[in-house]
Amino acid sequence: MCFVAAWGYRLPVMTSFDPLTALLGGALIGLAAALAVLFNGRVAGISGILGGILDLDRANMPWRLAFLIGLIGAGAVMLARPEATIEITGSTPLLIAGGLLVGFGTRLGSGCTSGHGVCGLARGSKRSLVSTAIYIGVAVATLFVVRHVIGG
Amino acid sequence: MRLLSGLIAGALFGAGLALSGMVDPARVLGFLDIAGVAQGTWDPTLAFVMAGALAVATPGYWLARRRAKPVFEPAFQVPGKGAVDRRLTLGAVMFGLGWGLVGFCPGPALAALGSGRTEVLIFGAAMAAGMWLFGRVAR
Repeated sequence: MCFVAAWGYRLPVMTSFDPLTALLGGALIGLAAALAVLFNGRVAGISGILGGILDLDRANMPWRLAFLIGLIGAGAVMLARPEATIEITGSTPLLIAGGLLVGFGTRLGSGCTSGHGVCGLARGSKRSLVSTAIYIGVAVATLFVVRHVIGG
Repeated sequence: MRLLSGLIAGALFGAGLALSGMVDPARVLGFLDIAGVAQGTWDPTLAFVMAGALAVATPGYWLARRRAKPVFEPAFQVPGKGAVDRRLTLGAVMFGLGWGLVGFCPGPALAALGSGRTEVLIFGAAMAAGMWLFGRVAR
């Protein structure tokens, strides 16, 4: 971890595996999920939130928009730090295919890493446990084929 | 207050994703690449992020269950105990395929939009199109 400016010290940027920063980042995600359910009675599931907005579900629109603005805004602020970098290796057709699959699949399966993986597991949902086991398993298998069977 | 708490929850979520490096698809793929275990290049970050999130979210849901209603709303909107059905499993398979191809799931893809990278915009637009398409054909 490296520290600097902002409000006395700089938040760390992970370059190699750093268990404390990973746990701390995870705890913030968990805190967000806890606040969403305790204060607003809602699941902090990103695919449900974005999907609901795209479905033009008016009754839930204001809270969902507020959550998304916070999510995108905080991400932008954190990524504005020069040392924060992201690496995307996929070609444009791959990005489009992946995006379509993630978008359609998370709506069909009623949730993603946040809705099933965090919120669902936190409330002990069997559906979420099954979903999480499947999407992690399929993602591992997919990447293995792409990187080590086709790409290898 | 309802909207402010939504904004704060979203901001904490985005900050957590960025702090833990989950907005970087390379990191996520580093976890999903199990061949890395044998090669010594496996990145366990995602497992620690999940553990940290569950350590806080689980008591949060436990507290919520003991309340008649949430603080700022008239009722909870948390799904009940449904059965595992084909939509759930097929959806998870499709999601896993896309996640393994690119390394982005919905939260990180949105939290990474502020990077201004064209690739994130392309993925985000395709993801939104997939969600929109689902609302048109399969709901």
